[in-house]
Amino acid sequence: MTILVIAEHDNASLKGATLNTVSAAAKLGGDVAVLVVGAGSGAAAEAAAKVAGVAKVLVADSAAFAEQQAENVAAQIVAVVQASGGAISHVLAAATTFGKNVLPRVAALLDVAQISEIVGIESPDTFVRPIYAGNALATVKSSDSVKVITVRTTAFEAAGEGGAAAVEQVAAVADLGLSKLVGRELTKSARPELGAAKIIVSGGRGMGSSENYHRVLEPLADKLGAAMGASRAAVDAGYVPNDYQVGQTGKIVAPQLYVAVGISGAIQHLAGMKDSKVIVAINKDPEAPIFQVADYGLVADLFEAVPQLTSAV
Amino acid sequence: MKILVPVKRVVDYNVKVRVKSDGSGVDIANVKMSMNPFDEIAVEEAVRLKEAGVATEVVAVSCGVGACQETLRTAMAIGADRGILVETDADLQPLAVAKLLKALCDREQPQVVICGKQAIDDDANQTGQMLSALMGWPQATFASKVAVGDGKATVTREIDGGLETLEISLPAVVTTDLRLNEPRYATLPNIMKAKKKPLETVKPADLGVDVTPRLTTLKVVEPAKRSAGVMVADVAQLVEKLKNEAKVL
Ligand SMILES: Cc1cc2nc3c(=O)[nH]c(=O)nc-3n(C[C@H](O)[C@H](O)[C@H](O)COP(=O)(O)OP(=O)(O)OC[C@H]3O[C@@H](n4cnc5c(N)ncnc54)[C@H](O)[C@@H]3O)c2cc1C
Ligand SMILES: Cc1cc2nc3c(=O)[nH]c(=O)nc-3n(C[C@H](O)[C@H](O)[C@H](O)COP(=O)(O)OP(=O)(O)OC[C@H]3O[C@@H](n4cnc5c(N)ncnc54)[C@H](O)[C@@H]3O)c2cc1C
Repeated sequence: MTILVIAEHDNASLKGATLNTVSAAAKLGGDVAVLVVGAGSGAAAEAAAKVAGVAKVLVADSAAFAEQQAENVAAQIVAVVQASGGAISHVLAAATTFGKNVLPRVAALLDVAQISEIVGIESPDTFVRPIYAGNALATVKSSDSVKVITVRTTAFEAAGEGGAAAVEQVAAVADLGLSKLVGRELTKSARPELGAAKIIVSGGRGMGSSENYHRVLEPLADKLGAAMGASRAAVDAGYVPNDYQVGQTGKIVAPQLYVAVGISGAIQHLAGMKDSKVIVAINKDPEAPIFQVADYGLVADLFEAVPQLTSAV
Repeated sequence: MKILVPVKRVVDYNVKVRVKSDGSGVDIANVKMSMNPFDEIAVEEAVRLKEAGVATEVVAVSCGVGACQETLRTAMAIGADRGILVETDADLQPLAVAKLLKALCDREQPQVVICGKQAIDDDANQTGQMLSALMGWPQATFASKVAVGDGKATVTREIDGGLETLEISLPAVVTTDLRLNEPRYATLPNIMKAKKKPLETVKPADLGVDVTPRLTTLKVVEPAKRSAGVMVADVAQLVEKLKNEAKVL
């Protein structure tokens, strides 16, 4: 039984989410192989070989994989699974926008179901996953020959270093030529990534404007070394870019400390942050639902409380 | 150019579902059902493409129980031209839905299929990608901007680090993210008009699709509740608690 983990990378380095996926894979029992589909991705492959618990690294290298479009990457994964002659029993990727984009294609091409965003593993064919914005947890059993799974990274620890896996090249599939990259606008930030941050400071519609969001929250985030997040309302209103959104349909986070400022606590928002270890809510409305999940609630005007907090920490 | 829009009937996003005490699932009897919000965005986008003269026909499709007709009528009230109900009482999983949609794509030959990125009940986020794979088409998921023209589409996607723009050849599948558009409210005259638009019903067997579930739900439970927190009087007390009690600072 071989568990194939799909590496998420930018050719030069491995993304942190891959480490959590390796930990989930290790829980299944069996050999963990990491597949790096990339273009000039030797450095990412070497990083994967050093991850504890990885038995083998497979590398498929082609210019067609440079931009990581779903069509070519999925075709490559399917080719690797089929070439294994049944040895590969599971295909795992992180439930990031990359994994969510690629893995359902793999499942469909293999004619199997995908099990989305698992948070627990009961046995090699039985998994726990949240449904209805995390208001229910379903235990599902798969009858398919190959299990195709996306992993909620916050539910599994990151694997450490210490591996010394062999790196093996595999034949790259032909370019399907269906899609081409026009450009990317990536948010540049010196702050930690939302998904991996220990502390997150998050602002909602209560911030009132983009200017306020940055003026009030950034000094606090700077002092705490925190990542910055937002509610959908704040993103929709243009205070911050889309990749700040925390929630059912944005990013799922579980930091040590989540500070929710001017966020009411709609179920869609709670779905993305209620597994945080400690939640602090600052809101002027004592009835705001966010207080129901907060460990520490402060009813106050954020424009007074946040600067005070910034100077006190 | 024809656009196909799959629309799913789901528990309304304002409803907080309850897990059944026997652990067999969630209780959706007598709760408000609505069109999946991402699918409203999909219908809106398709209708705008028609209004802009890019598309000629918008066909809404729903797979599920008879009551999905209401969802199709809602789509037609927003502006879809006709509806197709694939009627079944079976528990439909994304692969099965994708296969049903493939059969309809083979028949209807749309140039673009616009799906929601995820249904807010099962949160699977799979169906559009699966359909695209089964058709051998390109995909552009999590779209926040779509421009269609001349055998191709240019789509801006919301990704983890920001935004990405792809050019894909048509036919293709696009899935919608929240910021693609703000769906209009259906007006009363349009709701009335929608009642007269054509709605065809087919069965999975008519389409030659086996919808047998691949996943069995063994049990559904409520997640662990967070233990009740405390209200603090002021910032000083908050900082004291975070340092000495929670030890996170
Ligand atoms: C399909 C769908 C998907 C969604 N996905 C998400 C998602 O992923 N993430 C998400 O966050 N939302 C999501 N939502 C939206 C969600 O339902 C809420 O609308 C949203 O979370 C509200 O954001 P908010 O709390 O910032 O705004 P509001 O609900 O308007 O709350 C603002 C809060 O700020 C407080 N406030 C105002 N001024 C001050 C002040 N001076 N000092 C202190 N407090 C103040 C108010 O008391 C209020 O509680 C989704 C909705 C739908 C339909
Ligand atoms: C634990 C569990 C319990 C379930 N219980 C039930 C139940 O009680 N009743 C039941 O009916 N199903 C049930 N299902 C099936 C499930 O709710 C979904 O119908 C199925 O898994 C599709 O997932 P999704 O809608 O999240 O797909 P997604 O891939 O998230 O959907 C994305 C998009 O695909 C399109 N789409 C998806 N489904 C349809 C559809 N049916 N018709 C038209 N377009 C569609 C829409 O455009 C949608 O936005 C259950 C599944 C699980 C795992």
